[in-house]
Amino acid sequence: MSAVSAVSGTGSSGPRLWRFGRPALVLLLAGLAVGVPLWLVLVTSAKPQGEAVKPNLALPHRWQPAQNYADAMSQGEMLRGLFNSLAVVVPSVVLVLILGAGAAWVFARRTSKLVSAAYALTISGLLLPPAVITIVMELRQFGLANTRPGMIAVYTGMYLSTSIFFMTGFIRSIPAELEEAARVDGAKPLRIFLRIILPLLRPVIATATIMVMLYAWSDVFYAFFVLGGGDAATLPINLYQVAGAQLYLNNWHLIFAYVVVMSLPMVAVFLVAQRKIVSGITSGAVK
Amino acid sequence: MADTAIRMDKAAPSARRKQQKNVGRLPRAAVHHPWWFALPAVAVFVAFFLVPNLLNFYYPFTNWSSYHADVAFTGLDNFKTVVNDGSLLRAIRTTLLYAALAALFQNGFGLGLAMLLEEDTRFNRFFRAVFFLPVLISALAVGYVFQALLDQDGAVNSVLGTDVPWLGSTTWTLVLVSAIHGWKWMGLSMLIYLAGLKGIPGDMLEAARMDGAGPWRTFRSVRWPMLAPAVTFNVTTALIGSMNTFDIVQATTGGGPASSTEVFNIYMFRVFGQGLYAQASTMSLVLFLIVVAIAIPLVIGLRRREQML
Repeated sequence: MSAVSAVSGTGSSGPRLWRFGRPALVLLLAGLAVGVPLWLVLVTSAKPQGEAVKPNLALPHRWQPAQNYADAMSQGEMLRGLFNSLAVVVPSVVLVLILGAGAAWVFARRTSKLVSAAYALTISGLLLPPAVITIVMELRQFGLANTRPGMIAVYTGMYLSTSIFFMTGFIRSIPAELEEAARVDGAKPLRIFLRIILPLLRPVIATATIMVMLYAWSDVFYAFFVLGGGDAATLPINLYQVAGAQLYLNNWHLIFAYVVVMSLPMVAVFLVAQRKIVSGITSGAVK
Repeated sequence: MADTAIRMDKAAPSARRKQQKNVGRLPRAAVHHPWWFALPAVAVFVAFFLVPNLLNFYYPFTNWSSYHADVAFTGLDNFKTVVNDGSLLRAIRTTLLYAALAALFQNGFGLGLAMLLEEDTRFNRFFRAVFFLPVLISALAVGYVFQALLDQDGAVNSVLGTDVPWLGSTTWTLVLVSAIHGWKWMGLSMLIYLAGLKGIPGDMLEAARMDGAGPWRTFRSVRWPMLAPAVTFNVTTALIGSMNTFDIVQATTGGGPASSTEVFNIYMFRVFGQGLYAQASTMSLVLFLIVVAIAIPLVIGLRRREQML
């Protein structure tokens, strides 16, 4: 008797408890997992060096965000880094999209053995790791080592697979009759590609842009090998160098000022294009 | 003379045939979707992805380094070096462990968040964006944030009033760093699991409820099997992605303590910096082979599981 009532008791109070428990749990998790790290970054980036040596969650006794951000700007070569980052990421994204779309169109519409072999080859980069050491060797021989064109070529080669994979899947779902109609009107392939395929690809282009931008903007590993720490250094390399000075003095206040500025562009892009990004990522992944 | 004449004779018909073909005889596909649209992409991919990976099968067998003017074939010397000093086995063990744990954490966190935030309310949409935030921040920055948190003089110890060397354990630091990796990418897994959950037909869940299935039973018998494609995608990308890890490890531990977190890419970076290019290339080749050996059966296996469930 008592066992039955106990069971039915949990059965009815469970969902009600959960109705309030769920948001409470979400708030708690968000506070701990995202709030605390974010708070640490923001608070520390406003502290004088003396207070930031041992990072903690306390508010600064003396606020000096302006000075920290200005120092991070000058000591971290932030403007140069920003320019360098843009100068490699933007062309890489454009190339990945344009070259990828052209290839995806052919791969989606033609069925010969050679075409499917080329498709399989070009999407192998989804799984295979880039051979970063021999990339350096090859770039040296082309005279592209430590140059922006070299970095752009490497990023394009690395991320083409992603865009070709997503775009080929998408184009296959576009009815071929749309092209047929334009062809009857006498449109040449280039015109059909530019006027029909590219506009229809817009949702995938948005996703691919975000993914490639996200990876390339925050990449430091491949940038180390290809660009090195010289004049062409991107923002993440500069951040690494600012933090490398950590050995001699604890400069958490500068590191985190740098982290904030470096992350803002990506957060801004996400906020602007949030809906597209979310739908793009999910529709591509689960088919 | 005679020779050229014969050749000319032979060439003529084939040229004529080709010309005929060009006049309206090309397959329709080739006219409507000419191959040169695909050529630039294939060329860039071959030149900057495929060729380096092929070169990577040669340079590990040479003495290429900053100490030699030329590159000479030296057979298995590099492999012997990395086997004998123990770094090869250690890198394999560390990387595989890191990848397995990171995939576990990333998917566990992601699935948990997706279940929590499944309902499409304003509250939930806001917090989905909050949990996606770490994906947008560079992995290097994430590493520094967690170093500041977990340092012996860091924020966690100061809040808890403890003095634990979180990043100083040769056993547990690897687990902790892979958990940070899972934290950074959990938002992406969450989105994909959410899409998977959304794809489950409502009447299927309704039917399960009518049959008296509780939340756990519904999860085990309906939700989890229906999530198979999302699991395939998430597990594969998490495993492959975390085998290529560098930034988070470099920023939190730099491979330490006592090389206990020195994954392949950290090793390659260190050895390359010392000018031992061929040795770095050796490790790069081994990583490539391991990824191939794991990725192919994994994709096939998970695909099969999708069809079975």
